[in-house]
Amino acid sequence: MAKVKFSIYRFDPEKDEKPYMQNLEVELEPSDRKLLDVLVKIKALDDSLSFRRSCREGVCGSDALNINGTNGLACLTDISSLSQPITLRPLPGLPVVRDLIVDMTQFFKQYHSIKPYLINDEPPPETERLQSPEDREELNGLYECILCACCSTACPSFWWNPDKFVGPSGLLNAYRFIADTRDQAINERLDNLEDPYRLFRCHTIMNCVEVCPKHLNPTRAIGKIKDLMVKRAI
Amino acid sequence: MNVTKRTFDAVIVGAGGAGLRAAIQLSEAGLKTAVLSKVFPTRSHTVAAQGGVAASLGNSEEDHWHWHMYDTVKGSDWLGDQDAIEFMCKKANEVVIELEHYGMPFDRLDSGKIYQRPFGGHMSNFGEKPVRRSCAAADRTGHAMLHAMYQRNVKVNTQFFVEWMALDLIRDADGTVLGVTAMEMETGEVMILQAKATLFATGGGGRIFYSSTNAFINTGDGLGMAARAGIPLEDMEFWQFHPTGVAGAGVLITEGVRGEGGILRNSSGERFMERYAPNAKDLASRDVVSRAMATEIKEGRGCGPNKDYVQLDITHLPPETIMKRLPGIHEIALQFASIDALKEPIPVVPTAHYMMGGIPTNYSGRVVAPKGGDMSVPVPGLYAAGECACASVHGANRLGTNSLLDLLVFGKSAGESMVEDIKAMPGSHRDLPKGAADASLARLSRLESQKGGASVHETRLALQRNMQDHCGVFRFKDMLEKGVANILDIEQQVAQTEIKDKSKVWNTARMEALELDNLIEVAKATMVSANARLESRGAHVRNDCADSVEFPDGRNDKEWLKHTLWTRDGNRLEYKPVHLKPLTVDSIGLKKRAY
Repeated sequence: MAKVKFSIYRFDPEKDEKPYMQNLEVELEPSDRKLLDVLVKIKALDDSLSFRRSCREGVCGSDALNINGTNGLACLTDISSLSQPITLRPLPGLPVVRDLIVDMTQFFKQYHSIKPYLINDEPPPETERLQSPEDREELNGLYECILCACCSTACPSFWWNPDKFVGPSGLLNAYRFIADTRDQAINERLDNLEDPYRLFRCHTIMNCVEVCPKHLNPTRAIGKIKDLMVKRAI
Repeated sequence: MNVTKRTFDAVIVGAGGAGLRAAIQLSEAGLKTAVLSKVFPTRSHTVAAQGGVAASLGNSEEDHWHWHMYDTVKGSDWLGDQDAIEFMCKKANEVVIELEHYGMPFDRLDSGKIYQRPFGGHMSNFGEKPVRRSCAAADRTGHAMLHAMYQRNVKVNTQFFVEWMALDLIRDADGTVLGVTAMEMETGEVMILQAKATLFATGGGGRIFYSSTNAFINTGDGLGMAARAGIPLEDMEFWQFHPTGVAGAGVLITEGVRGEGGILRNSSGERFMERYAPNAKDLASRDVVSRAMATEIKEGRGCGPNKDYVQLDITHLPPETIMKRLPGIHEIALQFASIDALKEPIPVVPTAHYMMGGIPTNYSGRVVAPKGGDMSVPVPGLYAAGECACASVHGANRLGTNSLLDLLVFGKSAGESMVEDIKAMPGSHRDLPKGAADASLARLSRLESQKGGASVHETRLALQRNMQDHCGVFRFKDMLEKGVANILDIEQQVAQTEIKDKSKVWNTARMEALELDNLIEVAKATMVSANARLESRGAHVRNDCADSVEFPDGRNDKEWLKHTLWTRDGNRLEYKPVHLKPLTVDSIGLKKRAY
């Protein structure tokens, strides 16, 4: 079978003074369809290669990597679509813990900062809160976010200000609650984002849209939040 | 070695649906709770559930919890405990409505109520015709549910230990459970988490099979820890093979596809389920459909050059329905089968999916084990919920959408039991036994010094091949016997695996070796229990226990209407009676299953 060339970012803080790129060749079998299949194969030969993975079908969001310079999920990337040597690096802009594993603290801190939960202080009815199919449809393209961080770590504004700019994923999730007719905290949510950095560092570069493995559009969600701010100001 | 200790009221191991649901209960009660997870909570495997959660809301047509109960008992092939099943079906509406109140984005009907679709084995009026009972968010119900519950936990300030792996259960001389040892993956540090109440919500162990819909993390960690601590595992011979895993890839295609009108076809295009289940057809229960598919393939009516799969056809459905109700499936078919499901049928095969057995519990989520002649005595301090637990509501075969319901109902009831028990306990914690972390430290130090052992990868592969080849959809006497012998050999290899990577930092090689210690317990329990059960029931079907006048479908209620309990020490088997008596209604009497 065909041999494929890889160049993989390696760093173990216990033994490496600095990161290096490891070059290697792997023999593929017909069943090696996705990049993750091949990473698992490489790990069988060298158990020290560290990366996160779980569902292997693109819903858990564990195996986001920088693949030939573009962020994506290893489990959804066809190995045959990649030019060689296949260059794998950890997601950019976050501290590297080891090999392809980054410290996601800052990313989740921003997610948590948008109060990612439904706020509705009225006593709940005995049945479900009603919502029309049309109102529910507003949540499509928002609730499907898997928190893989492909988008936020592809965003230059997030690279420069990861502590101040919420980032595309956090903002998409903010709009998921703003758009939910059951949520009562729109004003509080907008106040929480009305800041030169938290929302307005988005310069519509749209890297987020390019890389989202779930085909979501954070830029559009951010635009809708901005529209609501303008409307509110008038 | 000195091991740091931290003390909590409660420790929850696992942050999937069951763990998160229980955590809400504990956090709302103001108890100091630690939730440990190998992965960030929203990466737990509940995220991959697709088709829905069962509740007899009756939003589209008449429905009743009693009908749901009947279907679940029948689906379980009468091995489910009828008290637990009544409890679950009755509670379904309450827990689903709560979830909606947490913010779960269910699809909606024109009335504004939660959208419901038909699902396999769910019928109206005690088995008459399919009923719309599955509450769904497109084909991403598990994802929507897991995120909504994580979000609720953020709201109530639950404390998470993310990317921590629990290693072993701590019990004192009386058998009381006092917490767990755990390892932080980023630093390799081992810690004792002491607690008055410990919940296992660690999910399934489907990775014992070579081909499985399960995630890499589904290594049966709670079962391994329980088994090593002397707690038996119940009904481990019963594994569900989901009819529709993508051929070659194993990725799940929801039964909701058939709920929306999808049809299974063989190589001549025949809708073969009409022959096997004239009434429910493609919506018969999963064991029935999987066996029908395996039979079609075995008898040469499979599709493709090797005739080794059947086709799931949705090309006759309106494209709008597919893109609205099954968008994830369309994407999966593109990604993993390279086909456009709007235009071509999806190649599917039965694939290992769900563990009906697990850690024995009662319906309050308390773990129970035999003691002094009584087969179900609560183990003080230990609780289990979700796939790792066996309540038993699924018996010999689970109905689709009952797993998400199980983790909601029993996650909540386990959480309530923990709150109740902790409040009744004295303020101070019981003393830890001497050397509480010794067992875990010994496992780690063995790995540290092991030379010349087999690789974790090769050993795990041998284990998975053994289970796939000897304990599949159809089981054969000689294969089961061989499978038992093999797994005992593989156990020797597992005890001597060698890892090259010795780093303390994010050492995934060490983690996989520790997971293998859990997989081997699940695999042994499965093999030994399956070999011993001399009947066919639900998902356990043997060639030497075929359909006969005396034993319709090979089921032998006279001798085998009982739960298996496997204990690690000596691979010992015991049996305990099925609870045939529900809580308030009449028992659902034994019958031959037909769909």
